[in-house]
Order: sequence, then structure tokens, then C-alpha cells
Amino acid sequence: MSLRFDRAGLVHPNGRLGLSAIDLSVAAGERVALIGPSGAGKTTLLRLAAAGLRPTAGRVELLGDDPWTLRAGALKALRARVGFVHQAPPIPPRLRVVTAVLAGRLGHWGLGHALRSWLLPDDIAGARDALARVGLGDRVFDRCDQLSGGQLQRVAVARTLYQAPALVLADEPVSALDATTADAVLRELVDYSNAAGATFVASLHAVDLALRWFPRIVGVRDGAIAFDLPAAAVTPERLVALYAGDVGPAPERPVESRHWVTLPFESA
Amino acid sequence: MSAATSATHPALRDPLARRRLGWVVTALVLLWPLLHLAEFHPATLMAPANVQVMGNFLRGFLPPSVAPDFLGELLAATLQTLAIATAGIALAFVVALPLAFCATRSLSVSAIGPANGRWRGRVLRQGMRTVMVLLRSIPEIVWALLFVRASGLGPAAGVLALAITYGGMLAKVYSEILEATDARPARALLQAGSGRVAALCFGLLPVAAEELVSYTVYRWECAIRAAVVMGFVGAGGLGQLMDQALKGFVGGEVSSISLVFLALVMLADAISLVLRKVLA
Repeated sequence: MSLRFDRAGLVHPNGRLGLSAIDLSVAAGERVALIGPSGAGKTTLLRLAAAGLRPTAGRVELLGDDPWTLRAGALKALRARVGFVHQAPPIPPRLRVVTAVLAGRLGHWGLGHALRSWLLPDDIAGARDALARVGLGDRVFDRCDQLSGGQLQRVAVARTLYQAPALVLADEPVSALDATTADAVLRELVDYSNAAGATFVASLHAVDLALRWFPRIVGVRDGAIAFDLPAAAVTPERLVALYAGDVGPAPERPVESRHWVTLPFESA
Repeated sequence: MSAATSATHPALRDPLARRRLGWVVTALVLLWPLLHLAEFHPATLMAPANVQVMGNFLRGFLPPSVAPDFLGELLAATLQTLAIATAGIALAFVVALPLAFCATRSLSVSAIGPANGRWRGRVLRQGMRTVMVLLRSIPEIVWALLFVRASGLGPAAGVLALAITYGGMLAKVYSEILEATDARPARALLQAGSGRVAALCFGLLPVAAEELVSYTVYRWECAIRAAVVMGFVGAGGLGQLMDQALKGFVGGEVSSISLVFLALVMLADAISLVLRKVLA
């Protein structure tokens, strides 16, 4: 089992409920998409899965270990095997693209190797290969503040590909990309997951992408799992129910008129 | 916050306005007695007798002394002051680096989660901050006096004094600059299993380097001034020379030495500018 939530819940330090009693198992090599309205708890769920947040109730196991019972060294080694594509790429603007990508392997490198590569990038070919997979093979030595938001998001994906983790967690990994590029980047992540046998869990607001690339869809709403189904079994009615009321100031607007729910079926 | 409810148009009133005004008034009320305590009476400076004395003294400043043997002395003293300041800052840097590294919250691994060692981490960081306070609480001039009187050291007293006090100052400001830097890149690296030093280099320094360098160069400039002051108590350099010139009322030498001060500060400014351009 690559990922196992056992009645896992999270109450934020300010008392707000994040997730309650989540039961979820993801097998090694499986691909799962998390969908659901904004604020439903998708990011929190992914952070629990990445050992970035500790559940306040229940247990979360990743790659066969409960991270919060491990000693510091073992936890560090476990984290090095988990790749996380953050929604906002956490890359300092002054870093060069090559260094930003190479930073993906810091968990595997000793201090000497890390410092050497900080001063003089030591695996330029590896970084370029990872960047080429997301269409940025020609930007290796540019500084990250010379990239657009979408390009920076792709650098973050390249970093995770370079890390070569056993579990890939991605929080809206293509939110800043146009439809074609988003599709191509997801294909790369899926290809990596297939080739390496890595588990791939991603949250996506584009339902069409989720249905196209992920055999299993988990709908999250109000901090709980609304449904957990094969992609083929996700009906328009379920999607409407999942996103119902997520309109903010005008809840009376008909849900059907919102393109991001109807899109997958128009394009299908 | 409660002020808003009593207003006629609650939504159109800045709920913070009254509180801010309160803080301004409080600050003024607190400052007034402090000015009295500090015996701040600018009028004394302008009293005719004092103006007379100062005028005579200032007239002696011109022209600056350029006697060859004095210039030789001045050069040697300048180099000594620069050496004291630079060696002092270098040692202070060595003291500050590990302290700041340990005290920076954004590099805490146990804060992610939070994990089990969180309390140990908090205690360690608080301990480091206490060490910083202890180091910088005693002014460098006191250390210098102590070393000069107790161990008969010359310029070395200045170096040690700077290492102690400035070590504490650098550590405090380094850790505060690092904590003010966006912590997410470093957190993301730590969450992917990176070590703390690597997270510092790849996550924090790319953003913080410019400010760290600029602050360090500014502190070097301060160390030059501090080295001068410590010279007055026998730690050598420009301060000792200035002390002799002031005691002998040799205005020309005082002004020459002052011009060197000006040049040194301009030098520090130029170095800072160049370094920040390189790092930008």
C-alpha cells in the first residue's frame, strides 16, 4: 500500500476543521485524482499524505510507514522518496533553473554533494533531461524570475521528475498552464508514474483532465470524501452534487451554466 | 474593533483608526519625559560662551594637517583601524553564523507537521537567542577597556571586543533577515528530505543574500567607527591618534583624521553598492 489514511482527520491550530475521518487507500503505482470545490480540503489531504501535516486524529501511512513514529533520520529518508508539486512553485526567483531542478535530489545527496552542486551545478545533463520533458530544455541556465508563471510551474514539475520519487503528490500541478500544455505536462507525470511504478495522486480543478488521465477519482467536499469511483463511474449528476453551492455570492445561479463542470462532456 | 459598532456608518469607518491614533498619542506621551531625562536642552549649545569656545576650536581645524611625519602616522593608524574592524567582523561572522543558523525558525524540520522534536527545537532556538543577547548586551567599549586594562592588549583587545559584541548583533539580525525571507522554498525542500544546510543554501540564501551582505558591510562600517572609539581607551589605531590630537588641541590633525573617517565610510558605502549590484 503506497498510501493509507485510517480515520485520519485534521483540525487546524486555529480550530477550523480541515478534514474529518478520511479513509483512503492507494496501491503502489495507482493514479488518483482529487477533485472538489475550492476549500474542500484537497490540499490538506495532500499535505497529510506528504508528511507535511500531522493528522490530529487517526493515522496516515505512506510507503508503508507512519511518518510520525519515525526517528528524524528515517523520516528524512522517507520524505526524500515523496515528491510534491506545490500549487505555488516554492522556488526562489533568483535561483537559476538548473539549480532549482537539481534541488529535487537534495534529500538523496550528502551535505558535500549539495554544497558542491550549489556552487557549480553538477548534473546539468540530468536537469536538462527533466526540463526537456516539460518543454523547457532550452531554459537551463536562465534565472527563475525570467520565467512566466506557467513556465515556473513546469520547472517545479521538472524538479519532482528529477527527484524520481516513489510517490508523486501534486497540488493543482497545471493550474497556471493553458489547456494544451497542461495536458502535455500531465502526460509526462503519468508517463513517469508508469515507467517508475510510482504512485501518483493529484488534485485538479479541471475535471476533464482528471477524467482523462486518472483511472480513479476521489471527490472531496467539506473536509470529507464525497465519492471514490473509477473515472467511468463519475456521472454529471455526481459532479453537480460535488460542486453544488460553490458559487460564492450568488448561490442561486444554475450550476449547469458553469463551463468547468460541463466542459468534459462538451469535449467528450 | 468595538469602535465600529458605535459609528453612524459602521461599514465606512476604518475599524483600526482609533487604535492607531491611540498608539501615536501614547508614543508622544512616553517620549516627552525621556527627552527631559536625557537632558536634551539644545539651547545650551547656542549659549554665547559655548559658541565662543567651539568657534575657536573649529577655527583651528583649518587647514587640515599634512605634515609628512603626521601623514605617515595617519596612514599606519588608518591601516590598523581597518585591520581591527575587518578582523573583528570576520571573527564576529564566525561566531554569528552557527548561532543564526540554529535560531532560524524557517529551517526547523520539527516544525513541519509538527513532528515530535518540536519542543527540543524551540528550546534550542530560545537558547541561541539568549546567547545572542548575552553576547551583545555589553557594549564593545566595555570589553575593550577590560582587555586593555586586564591583559594589556593593544589592537587585539579591539578585535576580541568586536568579535563578542558584533557576533551577537550579526547573529540576531541574520536570523531575523532569514526569518523575514519567504520560508516556503526552504520548507518545501525540508519536506522533500533535504538537510537544513542545503535548505538554507537552495531555499533562503538566493533571496536573502543581498540583504545579508548589505547588512554585513554596514556592520563593518560600524566596526570601523567602533574601532576608532576603542582607540580612545588604548586599543590603537585612529582613535588613539585622535585622542592625542584632541588632548593637544591640534585642530589641523583632528580635521585630517575626520577626513579619513569620511573617506572610510564612503569606501564602505561603495563596497556595499558594488556587492549588492553583483548579487541583484
